[in-house]
Amino acid sequence: MNAVVGLREFLILSAVLFALGLYGAMSKKSAIMILMGIELMTNAINIALIAMSRFLTPGLMTGQFFAAFIMVVSTAEVGLGLALVLALYRRTRTVEVDRADRLRG
Amino acid sequence: MPSAIPALPFYLLSAAIVIGAVMTLFSRNVVHAAFWLLEAMVAVSGLFLLLSAEFLALVQLLVYAGAVAVLTLFVIMLTLRRREDALRPLDTSLSAAGLALVFGIVTAVGAGGFSPIPVKMPAAAPGIAQFGGELFTRWALPFEVASVVLLIALVGAVWWSGEDEDR
Repeated sequence: MNAVVGLREFLILSAVLFALGLYGAMSKKSAIMILMGIELMTNAINIALIAMSRFLTPGLMTGQFFAAFIMVVSTAEVGLGLALVLALYRRTRTVEVDRADRLRG
Repeated sequence: MPSAIPALPFYLLSAAIVIGAVMTLFSRNVVHAAFWLLEAMVAVSGLFLLLSAEFLALVQLLVYAGAVAVLTLFVIMLTLRRREDALRPLDTSLSAAGLALVFGIVTAVGAGGFSPIPVKMPAAAPGIAQFGGELFTRWALPFEVASVVLLIALVGAVWWSGEDEDR
């Protein structure tokens, strides 16, 4: 196997994955599916960061640390998001975000 | 340490990731979507291994493929009253598709024109020991802040999903 891939392929994969997650987060009506789309976007960012770190400045590992802290924040966000979904379900008996319209004027 | 990434494992893992993401978005059953997301997360972990980020690959498996997937499945289970509720209409949105398409094309073209584009990478990459050493010296303050963030998120999640109905 002599064929190799460079940073460009990793960045393109990251862009594709982010676009897919963006579509999911904006088009879905179930709150759980929206959270799944956000998770896809977070993973796309982590791929880009770690690939940049490995190809450009592997000794500093800055991208790896940023990816680690992004994982922390995204875990907190998913935990809080799913708790919010449960709270929404308890009030409205549904997870459709269209039904969460109590603040509508 | 290799100084370049072989194409075959990269394209296999990329195909697994993209197929997992597409099937997550376009499966009508929410439970199936959660399992496809799990598959994509495991493939992303393999990609991290390919980039010699062993610790992050492990964390990816533990956190995303482990904790987040189980949490998602639990919430799906708790919010479904009947088995048929898992099947839902495929939400499609033309404007969201257009925006995502434009965004994907712009960023992919931007990434393709990324200059300079290294194909070869430095052969030497630090391992887990150096990662841990750096984490507890130069990145010690963000590490502590991250632990506080996780604690607050934990308390907040318990508070929001708590039992009392009259709040």
